[in-house]
Amino acid sequence: MHPALQGLLTIAFGVGGCVSYFFLSNVIIDQVIFPARGAHIARNIRRANIIRPWLFLLPALLALGLYLAYPVVETLRLSLTERLPGGGSAFVGLDNYRQMLGEDKFWEALSNNFLWLLVVPAGSTAFGLLAAQLTDRIAWGNIAKSLIFMPMAISFVGAAVIWKLVYDARPPGAEQIGVLNAIYVYFGGSEAQQWLTLPFWNSFFLMAVLIWIQTGFAMVILSAALRGVPEDTIEAAIVDGANPFQIFFRIKMPQIMGTIVVVWTTITIVVLKVFDIVFAMTNGQWQTQVLANYMFDKLFRANDWGVGSASAMVIMLLVSPILIWNVYNARKEMR
Amino acid sequence: MTAIAGQKSGLTWAVHISVVLLVALWVFPTLGLFISSFRTADQIASSGWWRALFPTEQNLTLRTEPPGTQVQVGNLYVIEGTLFDAGTGQRAEISAWGTSARDISAYQPGDQAELRKGGVLTVQADGSYRLEHTEEFSGKRGPRVFVTAVVPPEFTLKNYETILVSGGATDNMAKAFFNTLTVTIPATIIPILIAAFAAYALAWMEFPGRALLIAAIVGLLVVPLQLALIPLLKVHNDIGIGKGYLGAWMAHTGFGLPLAIYLLRNYMIGIPRDIIENARVDGATDFQIFTRIVLPLSFPALASFAIFQFLWTWNDLLVALVFLIDSTGETTVMTKQIVEMLGTRGGNWEILATSAFVSISVPLIVFFAMQKYLVRGLLAGSVK
Repeated sequence: MHPALQGLLTIAFGVGGCVSYFFLSNVIIDQVIFPARGAHIARNIRRANIIRPWLFLLPALLALGLYLAYPVVETLRLSLTERLPGGGSAFVGLDNYRQMLGEDKFWEALSNNFLWLLVVPAGSTAFGLLAAQLTDRIAWGNIAKSLIFMPMAISFVGAAVIWKLVYDARPPGAEQIGVLNAIYVYFGGSEAQQWLTLPFWNSFFLMAVLIWIQTGFAMVILSAALRGVPEDTIEAAIVDGANPFQIFFRIKMPQIMGTIVVVWTTITIVVLKVFDIVFAMTNGQWQTQVLANYMFDKLFRANDWGVGSASAMVIMLLVSPILIWNVYNARKEMR
Repeated sequence: MTAIAGQKSGLTWAVHISVVLLVALWVFPTLGLFISSFRTADQIASSGWWRALFPTEQNLTLRTEPPGTQVQVGNLYVIEGTLFDAGTGQRAEISAWGTSARDISAYQPGDQAELRKGGVLTVQADGSYRLEHTEEFSGKRGPRVFVTAVVPPEFTLKNYETILVSGGATDNMAKAFFNTLTVTIPATIIPILIAAFAAYALAWMEFPGRALLIAAIVGLLVVPLQLALIPLLKVHNDIGIGKGYLGAWMAHTGFGLPLAIYLLRNYMIGIPRDIIENARVDGATDFQIFTRIVLPLSFPALASFAIFQFLWTWNDLLVALVFLIDSTGETTVMTKQIVEMLGTRGGNWEILATSAFVSISVPLIVFFAMQKYLVRGLLAGSVK
């Protein structure tokens, strides 16, 4: 069957199936199981209303359970087992973790990830704050904002191609077609640099790509927060003779601190999962490995599910403080 | 804003200039790719894309017409014509030319050059030439001429033709484009529907465990996709889906649900309580309230999530690699094909730039058309 046709059929089946499930299940519970008539009318209505929320929730809960909750448990189990030839698996305790901790590539990935965690959220938030503050004051600010926001729509793979062109290097003598090398040579650089193979610094050239993508997100959120700062606090500061920098750092920043933290943590999560950029640009060579790509390597190249799952658990471990903090905040808000 | 009060005009200028710089920094990389996709391989290799808008001096290797076109004038055999292909309308100003690769700028326009094989060649600045010899020319091709010429900016759609229509198996993206579309549309629509019902229950129905469920969904929002890969691939293999569209659609649905439920619930809870309670008093069932009142009122939130999910599924690489693309490669998507090209055709920037631009053009159109909803969704999703 042609995939496009299959796609259309899936939409029809999926949408039709969902709608008829919700409709029919409601009809059945109201008319057949607990009909709102006869001797037990009040009891039936009450019972139907107890069950109904779960009818609404059932498909979502099934999907969430199977696709997100179950994998967490199963990955934990896989990280403690080893695949045996012929299909089965055996419990090996912490052997996978021990093996992983003994690999140089893992430590390289972990230290790179910490570097990413320091640089990317800080860079994106700082640039986002700068862009939000500056564009708020000028007439063409909205156009500027939407141009800075644009990379959000570009895939990591697309961004990888875009930035590979920026970092492109030509042999000495030939004209440079990568912007970075053209500038470098113009300002007296001896010869074009292969930016992506420079040890240590190449990670920063990869981070630049993610900062470029995430700045727009930070800007949009922070710009809304800045607009929410009460004007009288700013007016009072002006009256007291504060200069624009003091207004920004002493009046506005403290008031939007909560939003800055939200932006920071959101980008932190993106960073922990970053895979496509490294996969497409260096594939972890030249000491640019990160955890997500290390895991992909283990799972699908080395076919080592144990160590792969162990490294996935490391990512989960790094995410969990944010997870707990988010859940804590959500609970606080609901009360 | 009132912050402008008490500002010096010098500072305002500084703000304008900084914003221009910032925007330039953010637009330049994409612009480079865009312009490169309209240039030929030679142009890309010989000069940076930022020069494409201006005339450039290039060294070209051209040929005269083949000996078959010679005419006899008196006792001379003559070949005449123009070096630049008349068909393409290319125009250039020749500043120097030569007949040997070792000295490509030996002659000025209008000079006469003795050819090694005999005969005299004259080339004018506009590219017209006259080749004379006392003996008949032989061979299949005309002699080579090396010219240094100032070539005006020139753009071509040929790269797009290669990528979308005529290219070979690895270059042609038409199929991957439709595959991407096939993944994206069901994977965008189905989670919306499932999430909308769940969000309504979490927002407007009373039942024990509701707060716990909401907390769980907030928690699931940040669970890394990476954990799900192996366990789900195993599940898909066990129930016989294997790798394919169905698996990819289901995976995208599952992974998109937490954000969808969270966004929609946050929006639905903002619908005035009066509307819903009035409907209840009038005897509407929850199903009716949901379909007739809540769903239409939640359109902005549905639109925001639809855009997120569309961008995410269109741009996705990981889910496609794990759940969709099998060893035949029949179901490859654009992101995967571009990564492959980065490996095999790393230097062919005309192919890479064009294919990348084909892949990012659709999200960019969606982005600029629906930016309002995207911003709204972002704000609802994070500033709560």
